[in-house]
Amino acid sequence: MKWSKKDLLGIRELSKEEILLVLDSADSFKDISRREVKKVPTLRGKTVITLFYEPSTRTRTSFEIAAKRLSADTINISAGTSSHVKGETLKDTARNLESMRPDVIVIRHNMPGAPHMLSRIVDSSVINAGDGAHEHPTQALLDLFTMREKKNRIDGLNITIVGDIAHSRVARSNIFALRHFNTRITCSGPPTMIPPDIESLGVHVEYDMNKAVKDADVIMMLRIQKERGGISYIPSVKEYSNIYGLKAEHIKKAKKDVIIMHPGPMNRGVEITDEVADGPYSVILDQVENGVAVRMAILYLLTGREA
Amino acid sequence: MGKKTVPLLDKKAVDRTITRITHEILEKNKGYKDLCLIGIRTRGIYLAKRINDKIKTIEEIELPLGILDITMYRDDIFKLKLPEVKKTDIPFDLNNMIIILIDDVMHTGRTTRAAIDAIMDLGRPRKIQLAVLVDRGDRELPMHPDYAGIFYNGSPEEEVLVRLREIDGKDEVIVVRT
Repeated sequence: MKWSKKDLLGIRELSKEEILLVLDSADSFKDISRREVKKVPTLRGKTVITLFYEPSTRTRTSFEIAAKRLSADTINISAGTSSHVKGETLKDTARNLESMRPDVIVIRHNMPGAPHMLSRIVDSSVINAGDGAHEHPTQALLDLFTMREKKNRIDGLNITIVGDIAHSRVARSNIFALRHFNTRITCSGPPTMIPPDIESLGVHVEYDMNKAVKDADVIMMLRIQKERGGISYIPSVKEYSNIYGLKAEHIKKAKKDVIIMHPGPMNRGVEITDEVADGPYSVILDQVENGVAVRMAILYLLTGREA
Repeated sequence: MGKKTVPLLDKKAVDRTITRITHEILEKNKGYKDLCLIGIRTRGIYLAKRINDKIKTIEEIELPLGILDITMYRDDIFKLKLPEVKKTDIPFDLNNMIIILIDDVMHTGRTTRAAIDAIMDLGRPRKIQLAVLVDRGDRELPMHPDYAGIFYNGSPEEEVLVRLREIDGKDEVIVVRT
């Protein structure tokens, strides 16, 4: 299996083989982070720019650490401290950055499609690190990696995704990835947060949280996307938390070896209780660790692609 | 264009050569103290296992055995068609060990360079020695094997192929001329 894509813009464009290639490669890269010398010379001389128009702790740090562990040079630009505040357009920013000859540009933007536009005007590889409510491909890949690592398989899993599905790029990318496998995906949340036609993506909808978590192998909790107006879709945070917040009683209804996932940042006491977030079923920090490995794999595959 | 193949070693000769290399390793190091074997993917792994089997017969001891994938350390990584990265698996502490690095064919010396760099990132061995089944000569870097099965300095159009029963179904070393 060879990789030939210049960019990683979304999971939707990936084949099952490409997804598996990323996961298999990430398996090898994961070992690097556990060594004493956490660095290999693979991407020596390559330059990676992270361009973030939305706040981020995990994703941006994860990309930077991934690039550094591969010996690439990294430069981080946040919208708040860039010429964006002086009125420069994304297009002009991209062209200017391109003139400095980076090899990869990692972009997060609140506008869906921003990475796609960027990919058409630059020769560098573009990685979508989240574009509005559209896609977050590296998150889905690290989620699949974590599921496969913990369950030794993806096929046959019952996966329940709970929360603000409508505004979640994480849910969307995960669904696009998981439907390549023989999985049963159940989406749950208040009806206002579940897109009306979501069954067309091959998922089930169960508004009753207690039924949604029954026999789940994986429960993935999502945050209310306040920055995308998510809060106006529910009567109150308290009510939301009472009905859709993941509590210990839900875990009992799931499979005995269920894993609890969350892409972060968590709103403790809202979509997840402390007890569950810090409990034995939680793999939330494993997701973060695996994120570095998956992003190392992506950086490697994109820069080494077959021309 | 047809390909012409010339045999260099047959099944028996492969086995004898591995036996000789094993004896040389034990002789040069005056036994097996602190020795460990690291095979370079892919065929180096099987050669390492066979050397270990022979050491077991001779000395009644098994040496620690590791697998090294050098892909991340190659100097031509982006000239190749995206080689797959596989796992390195060295389940022992290689600090202060004498490493016998094992590969099937040595040619330019670039694989050896990459392998040494990869090992150095994993610890500080006391010594690294190199054992190869075939030394093709034509070095591009100042590297030399400590143990070589056979020396074959062919032309650049020739390819030396080592086949091992574990993955190729049979043991032989052949030269392929295009």
